[in-house]
Amino acid sequence: MEYLFYSLAAVALISGALVVFQTHPLRSALWLIVNFFAVAGLYLLAHAEFIAAIQIIVYAGAIMVLFLFVIMLLNLRQPEEELARPRLGLKIAGITVAVLSAVLIGMGLAKVVLKPVTELPVGLGNTESVARLLFTDYLLPFEVTSVLLLVAIVGSVVLAKAKLR
Amino acid sequence: MNMPLLILLTALKITVILVVFLTAIAYTVLMERKVLGFIQLRYGPNRVGPWGLLQPLADLVKLLFKEDFTPPMVNKVLFIMAPMITAITAFLPFAVIPFASQILPDTITVYGQTLDLKAAGLNQGVIADVNVGILYVFAMSSLAVYGAVLGGWASNSKYSLLGGLRLSAQMVSYELALGLSIIGVLMLAGSLSLVKIVEAQKNLWFIFLQPLGFIIFMIAAFAECARTPFDLIECENELVAGYQTEYSSMKWALFMLGEYCHIIVASALATTLFLGGWQGPVLPPIVWFVLKTFVLVFVFIWVRGTYPRFRFDQLMYLGWKVLLPLALLNILVTGVVILFLG
Repeated sequence: MEYLFYSLAAVALISGALVVFQTHPLRSALWLIVNFFAVAGLYLLAHAEFIAAIQIIVYAGAIMVLFLFVIMLLNLRQPEEELARPRLGLKIAGITVAVLSAVLIGMGLAKVVLKPVTELPVGLGNTESVARLLFTDYLLPFEVTSVLLLVAIVGSVVLAKAKLR
Repeated sequence: MNMPLLILLTALKITVILVVFLTAIAYTVLMERKVLGFIQLRYGPNRVGPWGLLQPLADLVKLLFKEDFTPPMVNKVLFIMAPMITAITAFLPFAVIPFASQILPDTITVYGQTLDLKAAGLNQGVIADVNVGILYVFAMSSLAVYGAVLGGWASNSKYSLLGGLRLSAQMVSYELALGLSIIGVLMLAGSLSLVKIVEAQKNLWFIFLQPLGFIIFMIAAFAECARTPFDLIECENELVAGYQTEYSSMKWALFMLGEYCHIIVASALATTLFLGGWQGPVLPPIVWFVLKTFVLVFVFIWVRGTYPRFRFDQLMYLGWKVLLPLALLNILVTGVVILFLG
């Protein structure tokens, strides 16, 4: 189990880094899909089957397809010109921010006390327990989120219709 | 039972199922050509073997020996990966579809050694009874679109790209209707496990309780498989062959394999969700399962021989403005009835 965890974590980290370091947006998107799979595998190891399935269906199956769709439509021609080299000031600023955030995250992580893994309650991440929590303790945030999504849908319809007129 | 033996036996079971499944796909192609022939008042293939029964074999040999041409302008890695993604994501859903109740006794004795087959469900008529089985199927079918989209993009040809884009728009649209159409079944069965859903239909098939759900499911499944009347991605008079245009030989065959695999999986899934799965009187369970599945496969072919193709705006209209509201209505009515009846 540990080997599975570490190999999945390694895949997640490496693919995550590759998302950032690719120059072509389509390749970044594809590495992001690999990343989603690795994270879904980590959920499975934690016995959260429902979350893992939703991760694949929503992120890899729906959102990334739309991303690819947009990238392909906007990027029909292969990028011909070389990417502009970043200027020195930008480089220094970027490196400073990266080092600072690494230090901050490292300081945060250093304070984490590692405890031996205790057995998780049975069925913690399965459909029934997630549904029960969503419709009891977290009912209000859940419903508010759905209203938020509805607003987004109505907004996109309004924008699309405004263009037609 | 020790671990290596367990893995070996599981691999053996998966291999046997996969070989049977592949044979079924090959003969579905023959069945399609034969049935379409009868619908159009001609014979269909009848030269290779009696009634053309060896035709799939001849087709396979022909495809294997054809020149495997990769056009020079393509993105090589993605061009090769796309057919693989299509074929693999098409096969994977079958892992959770139960095709029989119990196929082997609990224990068998080989050379004086008693094997406990209950470990890892080796004696069950399903490869893996996952508690989110139906979500797993949807996850895999939602990944199937990548094969077409990446193939279309990597081919670097306008017909391929347009075909890939059309398919992704179509699949994303109909996935919603497909997903919502089965919520009623899940509410009635009270589980996401396909094995439990089949067991819940012991007394009454869900098609009688969810007729609207079944119809929406079948229409959306036709669209997900990109079959007539929704086969806009490869309509030959405007897109040559859609995302498959630049493919040849076995790479093309993998796309075809994926297409027929999707038809069988969709039929098997409809059987499992709405037609009581492997349950039925007199005949053994596996016979019932195959029979029901192939009745639905026949419907797929029958529709292809009967209906003309939709226009793209009609396709989108049907998906978003007809099927989606109907599916939501179906969920509402099912919920109200369940609430009042208990």
